[in-house]
Amino acid sequence: MTVHKVCGTETEYGISVRNQRESNPAIASGLVVNSYAGTHARVQWSFEEESPGRDARGFGVGGVVVEDFDSALVNVVLSNGARLYVDHAHPEYSTPECFDPLEAALHDKAGELVMARAGAAAGTLLPAGQRMGLYKNNSDGKGNSYGTHENYLLARELPFADVIRYLTAFLVTRQIFTGSGKVGSENGRPNIPFQLTQRADFFEERVGLETTLKRPIINTRDEPHGDPSKYRRLHVIIGDANLSETQTFVKLGTASLFLAALEDGALPDPVALADPVAAVWQVSHDLDFRLPLSLEDGGSATSLELQWQYLEWLTKYAEQVAPDPVYDRVLALWASILADLETDPTRLADRLDWAAKLQILEGFRNRDGLEWDDSKLRALDLQYHDVDPERGLYYRLAGRGSMQRLFTDEEIELAVAEPPERTRAYFRGRCVSRFSESLVAANWDSLVFEVGEDTLKRVPMMEPLRGTKERVDTVLEEVADAAELVRALGGSHGRTGSEEGPAEGNGS
Amino acid sequence: MAEQDRKKVQRKGTEAESEAVQPAAGETAAETTERIDELLDEIDEVLEENAEEFVKNYVQKGGQ
Repeated sequence: MTVHKVCGTETEYGISVRNQRESNPAIASGLVVNSYAGTHARVQWSFEEESPGRDARGFGVGGVVVEDFDSALVNVVLSNGARLYVDHAHPEYSTPECFDPLEAALHDKAGELVMARAGAAAGTLLPAGQRMGLYKNNSDGKGNSYGTHENYLLARELPFADVIRYLTAFLVTRQIFTGSGKVGSENGRPNIPFQLTQRADFFEERVGLETTLKRPIINTRDEPHGDPSKYRRLHVIIGDANLSETQTFVKLGTASLFLAALEDGALPDPVALADPVAAVWQVSHDLDFRLPLSLEDGGSATSLELQWQYLEWLTKYAEQVAPDPVYDRVLALWASILADLETDPTRLADRLDWAAKLQILEGFRNRDGLEWDDSKLRALDLQYHDVDPERGLYYRLAGRGSMQRLFTDEEIELAVAEPPERTRAYFRGRCVSRFSESLVAANWDSLVFEVGEDTLKRVPMMEPLRGTKERVDTVLEEVADAAELVRALGGSHGRTGSEEGPAEGNGS
Repeated sequence: MAEQDRKKVQRKGTEAESEAVQPAAGETAAETTERIDELLDEIDEVLEENAEEFVKNYVQKGGQ
């Protein structure tokens, strides 16, 4: 692989204060974030380096409002290196940078647990009879969507035009195994009782910078959060929030492998859909996986056929480069999912959220004679995603042993507290745990310390694979406080110092 | 995609299927029914009491 596929997710959670009239979602979201007891201290997020208006196609967009000033008050860094914050009207959790898709899937689950705890803590502050509801989904069923974004580290040399040419049909057709399922349709799409994904109805462009309206299949935000001469961060906005551990792992794993093969020039000519924007909702609405999608070359193929094709490409690629064994697990799970989609999709109820949800909905329809427009089915749809372990239907299924799991509860618990060890998230998380009183701000690629001198000390972290346990544990063990740490690292004044990052400090 | 290629893809698919990791041995239809009935009973205990009000009040604006 040209660039190691560091990856992670960011999820906006749905929020609803039960039994409260006219609840304000921004205030409720702030209450959730501020109630989370897992923050050692209020280490603030710094927006200094962020530029979501920069476009990967090479031009900038002026006047993009980054954040409201007040949102800095509800924007914190956790001891696992993650970010917990309020994004407009939603509480959001960004995982730390993870070394591989399995670790990222684990930290995605840790985010659910953080939200569940934050919601429970916020609930104790509500008047009697009210309850905080948090939902890991992407639609309110009324035409409003909120995102689950994936991030992948890419080589800067990879032409963005290649990302567009290759990835579009992959992202459109992977919906058959990335969807979390939804009752009904929205945003003017054709009426349908049930569809595979939460998000498909909201995609209206092929390529673009937007994330809140006219959502594009390929998002061009060019904000690498690392050395911009070496890296891109691909910001994928077309996925669903998944409760299924298998599904998040396969979603991140297949995309990571696809991007690695693309960087290595190991893929045959790309497959181009004739109308990818229409294909997004058409694939999501096709529960038989037999709908022929028109291709640019005049032929046609189904979503399932194209995914078999991609599996073949990436199996061949893996044979050539022998990547980490974690990718063998990705390929095996992917193959098993495609095989079941081909022969008996109901068998996927233990691995895919849409199939698990559909099984519940069909069960209630059969038992209670419900029509598809019955409110009870929409309520079941929403409650599948409730992060409260007692109420959430996913957790009920998992508790009965009906979902295939990749992680133990203990592993998820550990990931709530501990950062990944093989990325710079390790350094961030450890600094939050040990030096929070001196750590005045943090973001993805720097930490800022107040160590009693005239100027604040900024430690840059421009390399996602430095700041690892292996590289920084020695120096962290040797220093007694943040001032010693900054001296040991040769910390810079302002932004004038080394951009190499903390790994240089311990001579490794 | 040409017709010939598509057939090739499907054939490859069948090969991959035979090698795929499959979930644990299947249950009988009766066992499936029983399992789902138990699940529905469990869900009955935790489902939001007023489904219509719950769904109506779930409105999420300002998302990405």
